[in-house]
Amino acid sequence: MTGAASSTRSGWLLSLPALVLLALGAAGPLLIVVVYSFLEPGEYSGVVWNFTTEPWFRVFLERDIFDGTVSLADAHLTIFWRSVKLSLLTTLITFAVGFPTAWFIATRPPSSRAIWLFLITIPFWTNLLIRTFAISEIIRNQGLLNTALLKFGLIETPIQILYTDTAVLIGMVYVYLPLMVLPLFAAIDRFDFKLVEAGYDLYASRWKVLRRIVLPIVRPGIVAGSILVFVPSLGAYVTPRILGGGKNMMVGNFIELQFGQGRNWPLGAALSMLLLLIVLAALLAYVRVTSSERPQ
Amino acid sequence: MRGRRFDITALPGFSAIAIGVFVVLYAPIVTIVVYSFNASNSVAVWGGFSFRWYEIAWENTQVQDATIRSLVVAVSAALISTTLATMAALGTTRRGRFKGQTFIYVMINQPLMVPEIVTAVALLIFFATIKVATGYQGLGYLILAHSAFCIPFAYLPIRARLEGMDLTLEIAAADLYATPWQTFRRVTLPLMAPGVAAGAMLAFVISLDDVIITEFVKSAGQDTLPTYMLGQLRRAVTPEVNAISTALLVLTVMLLTAFFLLTRRRD
Amino acid sequence: MSPSAIEIVDAAKVYGYGASAARALGGVSLGIRTGEFFTLLGPSGCGKTTLLRLIAGFEMPTEGTIHIGGKDMTAVPPNKRPVNTVFQSYALFPHLTARENIAFGLQMLGRPRDEVASEVEKMIALVKLEEMADRRPGQLSGGQQQRVALARALAPAPQVLLLDEPLSALDLKLRKEMQLELKRLQTETGITFVFVTHDQEEALTMSDRIGVMSGGRLLQVGAPREIYNRPVDRFVADFIGETNFIPAEARGDLVRVAGVDLSLPGAGNGPVTLAARPEQVRIGSNGPLPATLTRTVYFGTDTHCHMTLSDGTEIVARLQSPPSGDIGLRDGQGVRIDFAPGALQILEGA
Repeated sequence: MTGAASSTRSGWLLSLPALVLLALGAAGPLLIVVVYSFLEPGEYSGVVWNFTTEPWFRVFLERDIFDGTVSLADAHLTIFWRSVKLSLLTTLITFAVGFPTAWFIATRPPSSRAIWLFLITIPFWTNLLIRTFAISEIIRNQGLLNTALLKFGLIETPIQILYTDTAVLIGMVYVYLPLMVLPLFAAIDRFDFKLVEAGYDLYASRWKVLRRIVLPIVRPGIVAGSILVFVPSLGAYVTPRILGGGKNMMVGNFIELQFGQGRNWPLGAALSMLLLLIVLAALLAYVRVTSSERPQ
Repeated sequence: MRGRRFDITALPGFSAIAIGVFVVLYAPIVTIVVYSFNASNSVAVWGGFSFRWYEIAWENTQVQDATIRSLVVAVSAALISTTLATMAALGTTRRGRFKGQTFIYVMINQPLMVPEIVTAVALLIFFATIKVATGYQGLGYLILAHSAFCIPFAYLPIRARLEGMDLTLEIAAADLYATPWQTFRRVTLPLMAPGVAAGAMLAFVISLDDVIITEFVKSAGQDTLPTYMLGQLRRAVTPEVNAISTALLVLTVMLLTAFFLLTRRRD
Repeated sequence: MSPSAIEIVDAAKVYGYGASAARALGGVSLGIRTGEFFTLLGPSGCGKTTLLRLIAGFEMPTEGTIHIGGKDMTAVPPNKRPVNTVFQSYALFPHLTARENIAFGLQMLGRPRDEVASEVEKMIALVKLEEMADRRPGQLSGGQQQRVALARALAPAPQVLLLDEPLSALDLKLRKEMQLELKRLQTETGITFVFVTHDQEEALTMSDRIGVMSGGRLLQVGAPREIYNRPVDRFVADFIGETNFIPAEARGDLVRVAGVDLSLPGAGNGPVTLAARPEQVRIGSNGPLPATLTRTVYFGTDTHCHMTLSDGTEIVARLQSPPSGDIGLRDGQGVRIDFAPGALQILEGA
C-alpha cells in the first residue's frame, strides 16, 4: 500500500493554497527585505541597485561626514537598548501581576472560571489602538489619574507621565498583560492540586509549596507567557508612537522612520532584519527550553 | 479560626492583586465608553450625556468610507483565510506524520512569529514594486496582506476542532457505505463547522483590528477605521474617537461572545 | 447459500517497513460459518482487532486473501463490503439523532425514502429505543448508545456484523443484560456475528464457536466446551478460566505426579505438563494424592483451597461453600486429592 505516500501528497495539496498566499503576503517579501538591506538608498525613497554592506555597518557604527572617523552609532544603540530594556521590564511586570491573576482565575469554581477567563480575553481581543488610546486618556495631564491625585491633594501640579519611557512601559504592560495571563492560566489549570496537598502534608509552607512545587511544574507556561509578551514588546510600534511621543522611540518606530522621513530604505531593511533575528533567537531559545523539558 | 477550612489554593495577596488587575484592565476601557457619551467638546470635562459624537462620527464621510473599507477588507480576508485554513487543517491533521509537515506548520504560523512591523516593511517594499510595475492601486493589496496574516488565526481553532474529532466516525461512515465525498459532506463537514465558524470570526476580528500592516500597505486615501483613528490621534483628540472606539468595542465583544458560545458547546 | 460467511486464507498484516516493521497478524486462516456467533478471544495486542479490521476493510492484509459470501473482498474498500461494524467507542455521529444515525447506512445505499423510514422504525423497535429515537448521542446513556450503534449496524442488513469489544464500556450489570440482548438479536436476525473480546466469560456464554488468539496467531478454534475442556496448550488453558499446571512423568497409561502414579490412558512417555481445572479437583480422605493445605480463601459461592504437593507443586481446588460458609479444613492440615474423571489433560508444547 502507498498509504504514507498518498497521505503526504494530499496533505501538501490541501495546504498548498494557504502556503502560496503566505508566501506572497507574508514570508516571501521578507526575502526582499534581506536583499534591500544590502543596497544603496535612493535619493527620495527606494533603493539603488548597488551591492553594499553599508546599511548593516550603519546599524552599529557611524562615520563622521567631515573627517571619516568611525564611532559607535550611539543614537541607534540607545534606541535598541531602550527597546530591550522596556521589553524586559514589561515581561517582568506582566509576570509579577499576571501570575497571581492566572492563579486566581484557575482556582475559581468551574462555573465562574469561564467568566473570569472571558473577562481577561475581552481586552486581549480589543483593538490595540483603542486600548493604547484608553491608557493615554488616563495618564494625560488632565486625565483621570492626575485629576484624582490632585483632588486628594497628593500632588500639587499634574505629573508628566505621557510622552515618557514610563508611559510606554505602562502602556505595554497594560496592552500585553493578557498575553502573559492566558498561557499561565493554561499551565495552572492543568496543574494537579493534589500535589499541593502532598506538599502541605510533607510540612511545606505556602511559600515553599509555591516555589518548590508550583513554579517548577508550570514553568513551560511561564516561558510561553514571557515569549508571548517579550516578542511583540520588542517590535512594538503603536504603543510607543502614541504614548512615547516623537522622542521616546523604540525599534519599530525607528524602522518606520527610515521608510518615511528618513528615506533610508536599506537602513530600515537592515534594522528590520536585526529585529527579526533577535526575535527568532528568543523563539529558538523557547523551543529548546520547552522541548528539553517535555518528558519522553 | 475554628471551623475555617484550610484552603490549599489560597496564596496570600494573590486575590487582591488579581482583582486589582481586573480593575486596572477595565478602568480605561470603561472611561472611553463613558466619555463617548460626553456632550462637551473636551475629552476631559464631563458635559452631560449625549449621543452627539456618535452622530458626528456617523455623518463623517471619512469615517463612513473607512468603515466600509474596513468591513470589505475584513470580510474578504476572513472568507479567503478561512477557506484556505480549512483546507490546510484537513491536510495536516488526522493522518500520520508526513514529509514536510513541520515546514507547513512553520509557514502557517509564521505571521505569529515575525514582528508585525517587519512584515509591514517587507510588504511595503514588495507592493511598492508591484504598484509601480502594474499601476494597480486598489484594495487587493490590503486584502492579500490581511488574508495572509489571518491564516494562522483561522487555522488554529479549525485544527483544534479536527483533532478533537473521533477518527472512527469517518471509518464508521465508510463502513455504512458512504463514499469518501459523502463522508466528508455528511460527517466531517457538519462536525468541523463550529471550528470553521470560530476561525472565520477570529480572522474577521484580527483583520478589523489591524493597524501596522494596513498603515504600511494602504495606498493614498485608503484609510481603514484603525488607521483613520491613528491619524486622528496625531492631531487634537475629539470624543469622536471615543465613539468610534466604543462602536468597535461592542462589535468585538459581540463576536467574541459568539465565538465562545460556539467553541464551548461540547457534543 | 455458501456454508462459509467468511473465508480467510493466510492473512498477515505488517505495520511499518524495514527495521521498524511490526507484525500484528502472522498468517491466519479461518472459516466463519453462515449464521454463527463467532468470537475472537485474546488479550490486548493479540491481533484480534487487526483481524476484525481486515474483515471490515479498514486495513488491507499484507499477505493472504479474504472472501466474504464467496467473493474475494481482499482489496474492496469498506463502503463496498456487505459487512457492518459496531465500534468499541460506538462512533455514533454526534450531530445526528439516534434515528438519523440508524438511517445513515440505508441512505448511503440509496434506498428509497419510505423504505429507509420503515426499516429504521423496525430497527428502533428491535433495540427498544422508541422513546429515545429523536435524541442525539450526547443525550443518551451508555447502554442506549450501545443499542443505537447496534441498530445502525444492523439496519442495512449486512451479511456479517462485526462487533469490536462493544460491551467493554458498560458496567457489569448492563453488560450481562446486553450479552443476552446481543444473543437474542443474533437469533432473530440470523446474521453472522463476529465478536471481538478479551473477556473469556463473555466469549464462553455467547459464542457458537471461539477462536483464541495470541501474538498474532490463531491458537485454537472450537465450541466453548471444547476450548474450555480440551485446551490445546498452556496459553489457552491459562487464558480461559483458571487452571492448575502439574509437572508429571508419563509412562504408558500412567502419569507419575509427586511420586504417585495416577491412571491416564494413552499418556505416552516422557515428561509432560498436566492441566486440571480447580473445580475438578476434589479434596477427600481417600484420594490418591497427598497434599498440605496452605490457605483457604472465601469467595462467597466458592471457597478456594491452596495446597502444596510433596514435590512443592501448588494446586488450587475450588469447592462450593457449604451453607455455614466453613468447609471444615484448617491451614496446615494434611489432605488427599482426587481428580474428577477426565479432569486431567496433557498439554502439548508445554
